[in-house]
Amino acid sequence: MSFRNVGIVYRKELTEALRDRRTLISTIVVPLFLFPVLSVGFGALAVSLVGKAKEETPKVILRGGEDSPAVVEGLKKLDKIEIVSDGPNWKDQIINKEVRAAVEIPAGFQADLAAQKSDTVNIYDYEGELKSEFATDKVEKYMKDYRDKVVKDRLAAKNLPESVLKPFEVKRENVAPPEKVSGAAFGGIIGYMVILLCMTGAMYPAMDLTAGEKERGTMETILSSPISRMHLVLGKFFLILTAALSTAALSVMSMGVSFSVLGHYTQQAGNANHDAAALVLKLDLKTVLSVFLMALPVAVLFSAALMTIALFAKTYKEAQSYLTPMTFVVIIPAVAAMLPGVELTQKLALVPILNVSLLCKELVTGTYHWNYIAIIFSSTCVYAAVALFLAIKMFQRESVLFRS
Amino acid sequence: MIEARSLSKRFQDKKRGEIRAVDNVSFTCQPGQIYGLLGANGAGKTTTLRMLATILEPTDGTAVICGHDVIEEPEKVRANVGFLSTATALYRRLTAQEFVEYFGRLNGLDEPTLKKRVDDIFNRLDMNGFRDRRCDKLSTGMMQKTSIARTLVHDPPVMIFDEPTNGLDIMTARTITAFIRECRDNGKTVIFSTHIMSEVEKLCDVIGIIQSGKLLAEGTLPQLREKYGEQDLEEIFVKVVSPHYTVSEAN
Repeated sequence: MSFRNVGIVYRKELTEALRDRRTLISTIVVPLFLFPVLSVGFGALAVSLVGKAKEETPKVILRGGEDSPAVVEGLKKLDKIEIVSDGPNWKDQIINKEVRAAVEIPAGFQADLAAQKSDTVNIYDYEGELKSEFATDKVEKYMKDYRDKVVKDRLAAKNLPESVLKPFEVKRENVAPPEKVSGAAFGGIIGYMVILLCMTGAMYPAMDLTAGEKERGTMETILSSPISRMHLVLGKFFLILTAALSTAALSVMSMGVSFSVLGHYTQQAGNANHDAAALVLKLDLKTVLSVFLMALPVAVLFSAALMTIALFAKTYKEAQSYLTPMTFVVIIPAVAAMLPGVELTQKLALVPILNVSLLCKELVTGTYHWNYIAIIFSSTCVYAAVALFLAIKMFQRESVLFRS
Repeated sequence: MIEARSLSKRFQDKKRGEIRAVDNVSFTCQPGQIYGLLGANGAGKTTTLRMLATILEPTDGTAVICGHDVIEEPEKVRANVGFLSTATALYRRLTAQEFVEYFGRLNGLDEPTLKKRVDDIFNRLDMNGFRDRRCDKLSTGMMQKTSIARTLVHDPPVMIFDEPTNGLDIMTARTITAFIRECRDNGKTVIFSTHIMSEVEKLCDVIGIIQSGKLLAEGTLPQLREKYGEQDLEEIFVKVVSPHYTVSEAN
């Protein structure tokens, strides 16, 4: 084993990689700008869109209610709701978003109330449409308040206290520290992003150093030099690993910066409500380092596996068509970790990618299960070693190197 | 010195089954001589030379180059060989000098020796004008010179050329043939493959005619002329090859 030779190959591949625009974009530009754009940009956009939707005065159609002036009067007085009159195409109007909702007061509603007969008030909305929901919520709240008032009056008429209807209160309260609450919400995404970016960082150099070398006709040149094929593979492998790790490191870094900027921004905006608080993630150095450390064997695994697969291809394009589906193979377990209820178990700790993704979720909330960390780190190391071994074996097969 | 001993290479092909690309080929090339391997496309020239350069491993038989067996000590063989073919391209994103230095380092040269060797070669081949130019910005002639510089950087006693002039214009091709002659004059063992008769007539001390992976005839040009009763090398070649030639192999 000659580290000198591996080093020579590594230095040369590094020189070439730093002169390759595609590699630079995938390893440096994407991770540096993806997080700020995604988190800050998307977050700010969402806040402003929701704000806009709240500012608009939605139109609500009133159907019936001619014989119930008190209810209608109350509806018309509602803030930020415009009551419009009924028409034959009222459903189409909702579907076409000309009006946001409709409320239907049954005939003889107030008379029925007085007679203590039960009726149904229908509210029609456009489900899932944000502005329709705002309008519906307001109308619904008004109707419920009105109902409560009727109940109150009836109780008062019979000289009964309100506690007849509410013998006791039920209350829930969160005891988890705020960083754990936000961690549970965002921890999954962070692990997922780091894993995915590790992969995209490794992808382009993996293709360039194998299929790219075949395509450009330099494979025969390098194979005619005295370097052993194992040293050659290792030199290439370390370069791919460097790319994967720098992508991961840069992404974790830019993620930390964007989250703190976002936290600062939401605090400044004075939105001390629950949603904004959840966005403030406490990413301290320890967490960042732990996530990064766990990403290390994953990066080794990706680098070796992608190199092995790309080596089969004769051209860059062919390699791309092999590696693109690999993205899905990685995304599925990484996404699975974000599903609610998926938690680390002994068995899941052995599933590559999923285990690290799950662990990152825990790490971000500040929980360190050392036994799982040991299992996951060592099992991922084993997978990585197998992948690297395969890469070396592949490089010794003429049928792979000179596939025609 | 190169000694090929019953060198054979079989490939598995899905459609055609087993292919004997090189079949029991033996020959010897002496230092200070140029051995020309003459054959049509697909005759087995490239496979033979790739086995000598240890890029491919023989299925049967072996070859010994400067006392090293191609199967037992492939890395030592490669350290003694300069290999050049039209398929051996340059690393486009390196400069001409970086490219040559890379191969010097891979051949184990230390930095002072490397620097001296590179300066020497760049002066000799008149390459100083494009020393720091990236390989993808070089003309064909400059690329060929850079490739030659690569094969020379470790000063190997054996040179293997696989159709080195294929696809080159006349002026660039002449640079290569002049270089091959120079290698012989410097006492190197030279083997080169081609399908161009005139190159063989002008350059080779010994000629081997190969077809269907078999070495069918061998000798100096006068020997071959006498044996086959023809003056023209092309006529000799056709006489030797015709009985063995099948169209399907010429691919």
